[in-house]
Amino acid sequence: MEHLFINIADAFTGWLMNLGLSPWWADLALLVVQWICIVTIVTANITVLIWLERKVSGFFQERLGPNRLGPFGCFQTIADAIKLLTKEDIIPSAADKLVFRTAPIFFIIVSVMLYVVLPMGDGMQIVDLDVGLFFFISVGSLSTICLLMAGWGSNNKWSLIGAMRAVAQMISYEVPLALSLIGVVMIAGSLRLSNIVAAQGNIWFIVLQPIAFITYFIAATAELNRGPFDMPEAEQELTGGAYTEYTGMRWALFFLAEYTNLVAVSALMATVFLGGWQGPWLPSWLWIIVKTYVIMMVFFWLKWTFPRIRMDQLMSFSWKFLIPVSLANIFLTGAGIHFFKWMGW
Amino acid sequence: MTVSLNDLVFVAMALVIVVAATGVVMLKNIVHSALSLILAFVGVAGIYFQLSAGFIGLVQIMVYAGAISVLIIFAIMLVMDKSVEKTNLFSPNIIRLLAGMGLTFLLFVTLGVSIWFTKFPVVPAEGPVDAVGMLANLFMGDYVIAFETAAILLLVAVIGAIILAKGAEDKQ
Repeated sequence: MEHLFINIADAFTGWLMNLGLSPWWADLALLVVQWICIVTIVTANITVLIWLERKVSGFFQERLGPNRLGPFGCFQTIADAIKLLTKEDIIPSAADKLVFRTAPIFFIIVSVMLYVVLPMGDGMQIVDLDVGLFFFISVGSLSTICLLMAGWGSNNKWSLIGAMRAVAQMISYEVPLALSLIGVVMIAGSLRLSNIVAAQGNIWFIVLQPIAFITYFIAATAELNRGPFDMPEAEQELTGGAYTEYTGMRWALFFLAEYTNLVAVSALMATVFLGGWQGPWLPSWLWIIVKTYVIMMVFFWLKWTFPRIRMDQLMSFSWKFLIPVSLANIFLTGAGIHFFKWMGW
Repeated sequence: MTVSLNDLVFVAMALVIVVAATGVVMLKNIVHSALSLILAFVGVAGIYFQLSAGFIGLVQIMVYAGAISVLIIFAIMLVMDKSVEKTNLFSPNIIRLLAGMGLTFLLFVTLGVSIWFTKFPVVPAEGPVDAVGMLANLFMGDYVIAFETAAILLLVAVIGAIILAKGAEDKQ
């Protein structure tokens, strides 16, 4: 069970090479197949996630959540997806057509790109970049542009306000996001995600870096535009923020990309702070799924527990609290590493 | 001379950069120009990746492509009250237009001549294994003073910009 997917991949390349392809082309074909697998799994997983979030939020508010279609309402998301797919695609006549059309496409491309570096099990990583963690942060920062394109292209005041909030929020929270990970990188001594996982063989980084975990969690919530930091959407005041003018499949693409980002960030947190795919009894690829889902449940829990905070509070919280705290954490980590070296560990 | 995949990637990336950079100048809407600029930056990052300088490429994406959105925001704010359709036009002044074209031509000639007459040593070398570690050692070792000075300089610039924008408070 442990090497199930690796064996499948090896069998696939072996079969291609038997057909007469050179190893280079076989590897390329494998990459394409891996890419298709990511997109399929992500999309299929989203239907489960949306159902789960609606169910969980229902329980939080003493409701039942979706309960009509299928057992426990589990076919509700599929019905919603079919509805969205068949909806008319409306583009406002005053919209900036090209920007309006391409924004959701770029958004989903950027969010799927994040999965390239995530280790999904022992040796199950598409590319093991030596700057994997940095790749995740910098590619993730591109999603700001996509939201801005959506908000600008819609030519609608709510959309533009939403986009500007999104940019202000995401650029401010990128700083504590990156700074909080530096403590982990200092201990692991590498930006390579497989090395970071290997460095947690004895003890998870959530134990060594609790402050970093909490700051990263808060910054990631803001970066994902999730409640209580979902000001860019804030449907009560902005009717949907940057997505106001989007309908049907284009809107669904944004929704898809947001959940894709959520899964990717949760998987990164599991990798960086919770020991990655390491764990007893179960195969490694199952462990990362379990840990990712646990973190996503915490995201759901936060969203449906806390009220939305105000925009200026959000900004001052990042600049005046989170950034100093994460800088102090870097200092503490450096001092700690030197102390332990001096102790002779 | 055979065309390798490496060359193809370079040509594709260069094409993206040139088209996007032309777009920055030619597009009439300043927001479109800024978006085109992002595309050009991502193309440059692609060339860094092709040269196996992954870290620099990612810095390029994060710093330039990721933060340029602020620039677009400012562009939007500055042109908010008029129509954005014609915010990035050519100068109507013929003399300025000609002067700009002349300067660009001179720049191209200088670049072309310097590239044509330089002998580039071709070394069949692999990229460094631990590029990030090497960079870190240089930044925090040999060049630490220059690095920290640049950091302080940027901080001063940020504070200065805030004071210029919001005005300093008088102490009594």
